[in-house]
Amino acid sequence: MSLSLDDVQRIALLARIAIDPGEEQTVLDGLNRVMELIGEMQAVDTTGIEPMSHALDVTQRLREDVVSEVDQRARYQANAPAVENGLYLVPKVIE
Amino acid sequence: MNWEIVIGIETHAQLAAASKIFSGASTAYGAAPNTQASAVDIALPGVLPVLNKRAVECAIKFGLAVGATINRRSVFARKNYFYPDLPKGYQISQYELPIVKGGSLTILTKQGEKTVRLTRAHLEEDAGKSLHEDFHGMSGIDLNRAGTPLLEIVTEPDVHSAEEAVAYAKALHALVRWIDICDGNMQEGSFRCDANVSVRKPNAPLGTRAEIKNLNSFRFMEQAIQYEVKRQIEILEDGGKLVQETRLYDPDRDETRSMRSKEDAHDYRYFPDPDLLPLEVSEAWIEQVKGSMPELPQARYGKLIAYGLLPDQANQHMSSRESSTFALSAFTGASRNDIPSLSNWITGPLSAKLNEESLEFAQSRVTSEQLRRLVARIDDGTLSRKMAKEVFDAMWSGEGDADAIIEKRGLKQLSDSTAVEKIVDEVLAANAKQVEDYRAGKAKAFNALIGQVMKATKGKANPQQVNEILRRKLSG
Amino acid sequence: MLNSSLSELSAALAGGKLSSVELTQMFLARIARLNGALNAFITVDEERSLECARRADAARLHDAVGPLNGIPIAHKDIFCTSGVRTTCGSRMLANFTSPYDAHVVERFAAAGAVLLGKTNMDEFAMGSSSETSWFGPVRNPWDTTRVPGGSSGGSAVAVAARLAPAATGTDTGGSIRQPAAMSGISGLKPTYGVVSRYGMVAFASSLDQAGPMAKSAADLALLLNVMAGFDERDSTSLEREPEDYARDLDKPLAGLRIGLPREYFSEGVDTDVAARVCEAIREFETLGASTVEVNLPNTRLSLPSYYVLALAEASSNLSRFDGVRYGHRAAQYRDLLDMYCRSRAEGFGAEVKRRILIGTYVLSAGYYDAYYLQAQKLRRLVARDFAAAFGGCDLIMGPTAPGTAFPHGANTDDPVQMYLNDIFTIAVNLAGLPGMSIPCGFDSRGLPVGLQIIGNYFSEARMLGAAHRYQLATDWHARVPTETPL
Repeated sequence: MSLSLDDVQRIALLARIAIDPGEEQTVLDGLNRVMELIGEMQAVDTTGIEPMSHALDVTQRLREDVVSEVDQRARYQANAPAVENGLYLVPKVIE
Repeated sequence: MNWEIVIGIETHAQLAAASKIFSGASTAYGAAPNTQASAVDIALPGVLPVLNKRAVECAIKFGLAVGATINRRSVFARKNYFYPDLPKGYQISQYELPIVKGGSLTILTKQGEKTVRLTRAHLEEDAGKSLHEDFHGMSGIDLNRAGTPLLEIVTEPDVHSAEEAVAYAKALHALVRWIDICDGNMQEGSFRCDANVSVRKPNAPLGTRAEIKNLNSFRFMEQAIQYEVKRQIEILEDGGKLVQETRLYDPDRDETRSMRSKEDAHDYRYFPDPDLLPLEVSEAWIEQVKGSMPELPQARYGKLIAYGLLPDQANQHMSSRESSTFALSAFTGASRNDIPSLSNWITGPLSAKLNEESLEFAQSRVTSEQLRRLVARIDDGTLSRKMAKEVFDAMWSGEGDADAIIEKRGLKQLSDSTAVEKIVDEVLAANAKQVEDYRAGKAKAFNALIGQVMKATKGKANPQQVNEILRRKLSG
Repeated sequence: MLNSSLSELSAALAGGKLSSVELTQMFLARIARLNGALNAFITVDEERSLECARRADAARLHDAVGPLNGIPIAHKDIFCTSGVRTTCGSRMLANFTSPYDAHVVERFAAAGAVLLGKTNMDEFAMGSSSETSWFGPVRNPWDTTRVPGGSSGGSAVAVAARLAPAATGTDTGGSIRQPAAMSGISGLKPTYGVVSRYGMVAFASSLDQAGPMAKSAADLALLLNVMAGFDERDSTSLEREPEDYARDLDKPLAGLRIGLPREYFSEGVDTDVAARVCEAIREFETLGASTVEVNLPNTRLSLPSYYVLALAEASSNLSRFDGVRYGHRAAQYRDLLDMYCRSRAEGFGAEVKRRILIGTYVLSAGYYDAYYLQAQKLRRLVARDFAAAFGGCDLIMGPTAPGTAFPHGANTDDPVQMYLNDIFTIAVNLAGLPGMSIPCGFDSRGLPVGLQIIGNYFSEARMLGAAHRYQLATDWHARVPTETPL
């Protein structure tokens, strides 16, 4: 199954990755090359096979409900592109 | 035209846990921005989630309380979308395999009792908050709330009016507080409802629905649904078409309005979160939780009714678990005759005092036992209602039990009839004029004489007894 | 000293023959001389490394110290290190300094090891050649016109060229074993869950596993003893009794049954590679092992299964890089949506973007069952193949990669050609099994060939023991690259 340019635009928006119109075809060709490889598995009959999500059959461990974290805002925000009054700043969010 | 209203409700209840669902950061409300956003909450590279046991326990409690199936194995999934208040770019939620499946809730409306079926309840994490005050044309992001544990409770489309929707929301609100899994604080966003509203002609397939968000009070919920139903019916009756969309209720204008529906048609790309393993809940754990659960509202209500209370009266004790506990503890060992009066004392004077001082039932200055003894003293004629109120106030101020106060203040009603007769005789002798007036047919004079007797006994005489004796003597 | 094993270095430090500061200076000097040509390190902080070394020397004076105290270790730049930037080979994180240490970094620090620097890698560990780094390609010391393999190419080259005594790597589909093979060193990917992933920038969470890279199996055992262990911050970290991974190093090979998968000797394997691997297996037989043919029929299908699962997980794992809380933010943008799209377009390189797009596509509405679910079912088939094979053997052996190091740029135009480098390694990640690569000779161009050893779950000690016996009998692992003589 191969992708179209429309698919590329749709998934690029979903993935929030800008693609220059000039690059679209190159990107599409690369994606289709990989999808060709992926397509190889379509022919396999997997009826009745249980999907495998994790390498080992173990279950979730639980933590006790204890507050273990202290405020480290200043250290965390040292990496932030824009902060003010302890808030991360982003272009206006429109509700 | 006859339209049927179909409503399904999704509620996000913030679970009563000290720490977040996947991190050790505090969930306390009102901290300075981002001071309760840990490395996991702000999604630093390399951090990983570990599930909070208390959150799971809350979900199990809820499932048991609504008679649902607790799935022995449930799975966390990622719901992928970009938003500045969603630091990982995905929300961890349960999708195909939620922890709670089915169940139902009984609600009380003007038409009587009704059962609302639940589809499911699943665990998920809350997002942060975008603050829109102007930061030079930018928005500010506070991630303190990110990762707060939520239980999303979803109903079947069993709700058919705004009134029923509110009754459901109130019943659910009472239940989650009752079983201690949510503080129910709607102002702080601990209990949030969304309503999926559609209308259809009877027996027609389901109509196009609108999801109304931001229903942060019961009143807004009622108004929003009423507005939305009217809007949908108007459009359909004008021959128009509805679009499936998310609408926001604006309480200032009392209307719902569409939220950016054009932006990418949501494609959340759910898949099982590889950082979390399947959640297994053992039979033993469920039994343990069951054992730790308080008696449920239905059972409590039944007990109150068994004490002979009317449904309305019984309901007044059901506003919280503590309230019903207090009432039942007061009723235990009380004489059957005293129960209606005890009930009135609890919902009346006692509740008024608690409200006045913002106290919970558990903190009441008058215990259920003290109240029971007070009412017993009214029943046996020791106290008049008026005197009882004085004793109650004294008890509230910590002067001790009713009997001690009665003793100390000499509040006992004079019920020794020879003593009362003696006083009546003295009063009749001293008020010849009134006696004459009464015998001449002036009824008012009788009341004046009673007043005199009461005065002479300093109010301790039983007015009914005085009445009887006086009438006998005057007719003699 | 530059060519010494970890136990030799440990003994030298313990005996007072040299200090950790002197040893660290020796390696820092070699890095200063050779890193320009090899580009194995992204960040080296000499002052900080020497400070670590001074602390290790001081600790030795009054405390009982472990075998790695004072020994310099290089970390792949995917492990978060507080105070030293962590780039993951990406422009996205070019200026990111983690406020915390990864579990693996903590464990080495607690063992007294010296943090020598952060090694170069394919961007976000997505590659098999170490060419996709924002900080430029890594060069193979056996032939600097060629790639060292990837994605842990910087770590492999640091060890191969003796810029570091040992290093850490991560392996999602072969990223420790394949560069170990192409660079002529030893590398081990443990059973999934043995080493905590906390603080390791995630590529594909259900497949990622950290492991050691060193000159010999004996060194790997010492390193794994430090790295392995339960960590409550990683839900997939396994709660197991601690074990000594060096316990089988002296165990003879008599009775060892080696399984040889038919599929690993047929599918487009370079003739020199096949010859060297067969010679190695004959050596194991000489040492007392026996061989048996096994089948891994779904080997070829592990490739599409892996690429669906790994890229789906990656597309979601990399969503946090949005330019809001850390990382690259575009200078110019119209609005919020534009800021996201441009920041991510500028911050990620072409291969990372390609993988995110594929991952997004296979998860998008309507395709989940056809791709993701089908891939998960194939994953089960791949795991069953191994379970069946281990019914008749103790270890599986074969080539690590179908070929030896290729020239820079040779596979950059065709992503699938690049992915085929991992055909023998990815199945191990899908099953969650331990796998390793050790040097077993050279091809006709003098490029190293790697022998892959795959074990059953938690059989790391057995694998290391077998590899060690082979390394006692051969000297391929002791060869120093021609372009970086001592």
